[in-house]
Amino acid sequence: MLQPERQILVVFPHPDDEAFGVSGTLAQYAKVGTPITYACLTLGEMGRNLGNPPFTTREGLPLIRKEELKASCDAIGIKDLRMMGLRDKTVEFEDDEKMVQMITDLIDELNPSLIITFYPNYAVHPDHEATARAVVRAVRRIPEENRPRLYGVAFANDTLKGLGEPDIVNDIRDVKEAKWNSMHAHISQTGWILQEEAKRKNEGATNEDNWLTIERMYSYRWHEDFEASF
Amino acid sequence: MEIVDTKKLQELLNSFANKEVYIHLETTNGAYASHFDEKVFNASAFIRNVKLRYELGKVTPDSPHRIGLKLHDNGWVYAQGITHYELDELGRLLMAGHGYDGKLAVALEISEKPFAY
Repeated sequence: MLQPERQILVVFPHPDDEAFGVSGTLAQYAKVGTPITYACLTLGEMGRNLGNPPFTTREGLPLIRKEELKASCDAIGIKDLRMMGLRDKTVEFEDDEKMVQMITDLIDELNPSLIITFYPNYAVHPDHEATARAVVRAVRRIPEENRPRLYGVAFANDTLKGLGEPDIVNDIRDVKEAKWNSMHAHISQTGWILQEEAKRKNEGATNEDNWLTIERMYSYRWHEDFEASF
Repeated sequence: MEIVDTKKLQELLNSFANKEVYIHLETTNGAYASHFDEKVFNASAFIRNVKLRYELGKVTPDSPHRIGLKLHDNGWVYAQGITHYELDELGRLLMAGHGYDGKLAVALEISEKPFAY
């Protein structure tokens, strides 16, 4: 497991963002009693997985995903879940300063020693990018010597080319059940991925290097900041 | 939701005509489309809680269906690919097109009260 932390703040825009990338790492921290706050900016209202035949409607989806999000947090051991009330797909169109302030308020309240979000420019979804930018900007305003650690999840196709190998590589096999339960909690969105995974296993894929083995993140590189100023 | 019954859906469209209504309209191939396949040109659009009044709404007989709403003042609302519909418990007419992969491709919704945020 990674180094001990006093308080962790996790900021992602969609229910299930926490599950794929970092739920194992978070479960390890929860197990040793580290307080974790998860600020989830939207309820994934615009998710496309509604099934065919559909199991819900565009208007019913957020209610389902809200319950899935709570169940995922239970599986991980996150006790402080904040649903921030933005709408899926619209995060980048909010006022940029308002976004920074939202994150600053959380930091001021919680005084985290570690913040986990996406890595700007390597996060694929526009909501991920907007979330990452807001978090980096908020942390940048803290004097360097007081800044919490900042880890970013990066999964763009050009991540290795741009960032090289991740410096945070965490073996999560001891909590793979918690991670599976977190991913499974988001079944309305992850059903097809979990099926693929089961199929891979049946076809004899090894357990090395799948969702349940290793989690990877990048320490934010302040010396290669994604923007000169904001 | 149910598979579109053209007659029933047409009646519902008629029931919202000439009233002030709120519209949700979206079409999408998913935020990850060009992440999974770089050859995909990713385009989508949605509008939500736009207020309007239509004088004539029609559903076409062939499936997946097209829906057209002709507005009073030379405007149009159009959706192609509608497969399912329901009148929900809040009296809103929800129409959607669900693709062969189980993913939403298009949605058109009509309500006399505003939709949630």
